[in-house]
Amino acid sequence: MTAVEIAVEAPVEPAAEAVPAPATEVLRRAGHRTREDSLTLLGAVLGSVATTWVAYSQVLPFSGSVGFVVIWYVVFVAFYAGLTALTHPRRIVVDRVVAAVVMAAPALIGLALLSTVLTTVWKGMPALTHWNFFVDDMAGVRADDPFTKGGIAHALVGTVIEVCIAVAIAMPLGVATAVYISEVGGKGALLVRTVVEAMTALPSIVAGLFIYTVWIVNLGMETSGLAASLALAVMALPIMARASEVVLRVVPNGLREASYALGAGRWQTVWKVVLPTARPGLATALILGVARAVGETSPLLLTSGASTFFNADPTHNPMNSLPLFVYASVSTGSPEMEQRAYAGAAVLLAVVLSLFLLARLAARGRKNR
Amino acid sequence: MSRVAVPPSPASSSDDPWTGVDEDLPRPIAVRYSLQDKVFLQVVRVLAFTVLAITSGIGIFLGIQSVPTLQHYGLSFFTEYRWLPSQDIVGIAAVLLGTIQVAVIALLIAFPLSLLTALYITDWAPGWARPLLVRAVDLMAAVPGIVFGLWVLIVIQPRATEVTHWISKYLGWIPFFKVRTDVDYPIWTQAPGYPSYAGSAAIAALAVAMMIFPMATSVMREVFSEAPAGEKEAALALGATRWAMVRTVVLPFGRGGVIGGTMLALGRALGETISVVMVISQAFEIKPYVLESGTATISALIASGFKEASPAQLSALLTAGFLLFVMTLVVNSMAAVVVARSRGGGVTEL
Repeated sequence: MTAVEIAVEAPVEPAAEAVPAPATEVLRRAGHRTREDSLTLLGAVLGSVATTWVAYSQVLPFSGSVGFVVIWYVVFVAFYAGLTALTHPRRIVVDRVVAAVVMAAPALIGLALLSTVLTTVWKGMPALTHWNFFVDDMAGVRADDPFTKGGIAHALVGTVIEVCIAVAIAMPLGVATAVYISEVGGKGALLVRTVVEAMTALPSIVAGLFIYTVWIVNLGMETSGLAASLALAVMALPIMARASEVVLRVVPNGLREASYALGAGRWQTVWKVVLPTARPGLATALILGVARAVGETSPLLLTSGASTFFNADPTHNPMNSLPLFVYASVSTGSPEMEQRAYAGAAVLLAVVLSLFLLARLAARGRKNR
Repeated sequence: MSRVAVPPSPASSSDDPWTGVDEDLPRPIAVRYSLQDKVFLQVVRVLAFTVLAITSGIGIFLGIQSVPTLQHYGLSFFTEYRWLPSQDIVGIAAVLLGTIQVAVIALLIAFPLSLLTALYITDWAPGWARPLLVRAVDLMAAVPGIVFGLWVLIVIQPRATEVTHWISKYLGWIPFFKVRTDVDYPIWTQAPGYPSYAGSAAIAALAVAMMIFPMATSVMREVFSEAPAGEKEAALALGATRWAMVRTVVLPFGRGGVIGGTMLALGRALGETISVVMVISQAFEIKPYVLESGTATISALIASGFKEASPAQLSALLTAGFLLFVMTLVVNSMAAVVVARSRGGGVTEL
């Protein structure tokens, strides 16, 4: 009987009523792979690669790398099942086939993700290695100019300004709403919660269209960084309120009760007990909200206009931003601009990644407390 | 399951303390807030109702804006497939179909991958790799749509068209896989004057699938990881293989999470804009041929059509946006109900 497949993890806590085991008894490693198992796997891999190569490129009139990988994988699973079936009962065969299928999914996604990140950085390299890419704007730069001219300073500054204003609007309102829902309560809170939850379904493009219609068409304002900030804020507000509310809800009630028992009022309890306890969680939720706002393109497309020049004034004139820069550069169709788009996307990825690491650091604060 | 017997507490052993409970009526408590608390409660209430006004205002605004359009075009707004605002012919039948096609194909791609990845993380991955994988999925959720759009457009599309060409050549007798062109032409020289394979709904769906995968995976993984450890160990102790354990314990337990996560992902897929706009070549046509070049989605329509829109056309776009919002809202609400039920009143974090 093969106990091999039964991969019980070692019990985490020793049973309280354990009889003291004799010192000679060694815990058997469950989930261990025998030499036969390893060789079966190796044989299946080698055999399937060889068979697929012969059949695919020599016998059958196929070509292309995608087809090769797909057919290799099918052949591999078949070989692996066949080899296992020689020595093992059917349910072990099924288990191994399923394991092979289950592991293929994260491998495929991991490859796709890796390919995304690597191509973005790789294709952006020619532009990224010129320092002027970070300090210049695109004013007066033609599409086929060399990479020593032009840069994304205007887009970087635009993204920072737009996201900062959006967060300055959405964060206080979002946290206040979460405090109202979770700390004040009542029928009003239920209504607010229901509506806010429903509005998290608002697609970002519709948020952009809303601001475009109201702010730019009806009120006659110009396309500007402020309009883009409003669109981002409208999009982020329900998301931030909802995320903050989830964080506040997991603050243990005992803390609130202890605070009230000590004679603290509602405000004191919220300000000195609930919010400090929830701070790391709130920080994480908010930073992730910011990361999402940074990468959002569609609301900006409608509201900010795309300039090529440096503009640090959010209230007047169009303002560019990183996602918009990438989108506009790809749309031009010129190879140089495409590489600039990749470079812009790489910077965008770096910004999102560093925000994500920041969120991780903020979350770690919770564990140390 | 270990049910530890609770030792009798000293209070309940001798004289019963609960006998006097009937006479012990609760004392009425008068709540008198301090000035500080009054201010706090009022301020928070005002802020929360401001948010309520803003958010519900958007929904109501979109609803009101779509009234003139619906009055003007009537039912033909839903049955007309052409979008020709200059000739006053406007309908969203083709756009709606395209939106659903892209979202459903994205879901068909992302669903098995998410399910298997979630299972891998909870039940196959070695212990040390689990937190790393969870973090990687979270990080993937933060990758901007434009990055995936760029990747699909430039890296994947040339390869994907080879695959879709192959599928349409050999499986073209299935209506969905048909491409109305000469399939015997090689992929690099298209039959002139016929639709090609680039910019199809299926290829746009690849980008959307990358966008919705992290969300579906993290919802499913969360539910799977709550599967009772006792039952899992019991299954293994009875000699079940890992797959048998997953099939009999984890999957039945997580069914609600699988459905809910999938629907949340569908809601996200319906509204995904920028990666779709980058990939598709826009065409207003009702057709089942998802591998063929040319499709349209509501979000792409808004993104491409807002600039030249007159007030009446803007109203038509707003109506389309409102419809998109309602669709997303319905799907999301159903998902929230399903997930909440599967977790026994727990919370949805996405």
